[in-house]
Amino acid sequence: MVAVVPTSGVSGAPAPVAQRSSRTGYLLLFPGIAWLAVFFAIPFVTLFLTSLQQPVPGKSGRYMFGLQFSNYSDALAEYWPLFLRSFLYAGIATLLALAIAYPLAYFIAFRAGRWRSLMLVLVIAPSFASFLLRTYAWKTILSDEGFITSTLNALHLLPEGRILNTGIAVVAGLTYNFLPFMILPLYAALEKIDPRLIEAAGDLYASPITAFRKVTWPLSLPGVVAGTLLTFIPAMGDYINAALLGSTGNRMIGNAIQINFIQFRDYPTASALSFVLMAGILVLVFTYIRRAGTEDLV
Amino acid sequence: MRWLRRNLVGIVAIAVLVYLFIPIAVIMVLSFNKPAGKYNLKFDEFSLEAWANLCGVPGVCSSFVTSIQIGIVSTIVATLLGTMIAFALVRYRFRGRSTTNLLIFLPMATPEVVMGASLLALFLNLRFPLGQITVIIAHIMFIISFVVVTVKARLQGMDPRLEEAARDLYANPRAVFRYVTFPLVLPGILGAALLGFSLSFDDFIISFFNAGTLVTFPIYIWGAAQRGIPVQVNALATIVFLVALVIVLTAQYVNHRKRRALDNPTPIAADAALPRS
Repeated sequence: MVAVVPTSGVSGAPAPVAQRSSRTGYLLLFPGIAWLAVFFAIPFVTLFLTSLQQPVPGKSGRYMFGLQFSNYSDALAEYWPLFLRSFLYAGIATLLALAIAYPLAYFIAFRAGRWRSLMLVLVIAPSFASFLLRTYAWKTILSDEGFITSTLNALHLLPEGRILNTGIAVVAGLTYNFLPFMILPLYAALEKIDPRLIEAAGDLYASPITAFRKVTWPLSLPGVVAGTLLTFIPAMGDYINAALLGSTGNRMIGNAIQINFIQFRDYPTASALSFVLMAGILVLVFTYIRRAGTEDLV
Repeated sequence: MRWLRRNLVGIVAIAVLVYLFIPIAVIMVLSFNKPAGKYNLKFDEFSLEAWANLCGVPGVCSSFVTSIQIGIVSTIVATLLGTMIAFALVRYRFRGRSTTNLLIFLPMATPEVVMGASLLALFLNLRFPLGQITVIIAHIMFIISFVVVTVKARLQGMDPRLEEAARDLYANPRAVFRYVTFPLVLPGILGAALLGFSLSFDDFIISFFNAGTLVTFPIYIWGAAQRGIPVQVNALATIVFLVALVIVLTAQYVNHRKRRALDNPTPIAADAALPRS
């Protein structure tokens, strides 16, 4: 066996190239960072201000500056079940995605050999077809006369007798749509594992299951955490799956934000809901950063 | 039984790949359909009508062209800005590094509905008219981060000795960049641009919030979903899918050939192919 441990050049730390400190660095950063500051960071300030606006007296549908913190309690009182449902749907979808993605990521990392890069292309290829159409296609796949529904019905496994327009369809859609976001980080973590560590466990009489539990799984945890975040966050905010595959009883928080912003034009309520959603996600992100630092984020 | 146990992971892996492509197959098959009702959900009758007349339904092709235009402009600007950031992150020291990292990461971690809503709140407060400009601004904003990540990975994976060698051979900084650094990073930049275009072309949520009356291809599909999506949409989506797949596979093939050339080096290139110590 070769004595050199293969190191990938793409580790988190900055490359040891002579790092220059000069105006050029700032000049390179400035345009892009300014763009993100103006069109990503500042909008959160306006979002927050909008969430506290009060109606202009006598003119319905017009809002002005205010400090109506009651917008938050009103919005939460009305929409807390949607937050809960989003959390539940996104949580189940993330766990399912983890269970589905792990074997594939494992296979690509350790067994795929020369098919590795082709399989990675195949993982991202479905994203080239429209997100909306792919979600819409699940309407066909899960339809009441379809193969899946009739099989499960024959086995009496469906409490409502159908899949489409139920929570099951929404979770199925979320799981499918965000699966690549789980597969890729898992693969990146598994690929870094030296296969000889797993062999060594086998040499020391660990059964394949013990070797997986004590070696592979712990070493793949960074990928599990990253994949969980990257799947859970977009799933939590999604409303396309709920709108196309669910019924009115399966609406998620994204549906409420969209309807309040675009149809009802109730900007303060919609902004308050967005802000609460974002705050919850920031808590998740910062918990992750406190453990892993910011250098591996980008 | 033994064979099954040994190959179980492989079988599951193939099954997952097949699962990923089931909706793609549905989209393609339904592009040859002649639906009996208004919804193109069930295969009724084979027809080439949609393929023969891609723009046969009003609005489909104009929204498609709008999306391509928006995609091209956003991708060019975002790729330029993102590449510059990636160079700064890898090659330069500066203050506020973790804030910068965070500002680049957060757009990728923020749900689209929140980004769309907050940007709309900004435009509404500024009374900025919604339309093509606001959608392009939004797309550039969310593509930049993906470009930074892609190009940064390429820069970090580069062998620093190639540039050192050029300097040792008396190349001035501009020549080093032009003949060594840039050609080596270019595949990463092109990959980032391709990713950026596909993100822009397929974006629905952020665009929908900031489009006003503008109709992009995804916004067209969303509107059509209520009254029945025309078969032409399936045909166009199939074309987009196949074109993107061909581009990516070609890039893979070229990359593979290059690697093979590096693995069996001619004597002069031998040093460049050595693994990094």
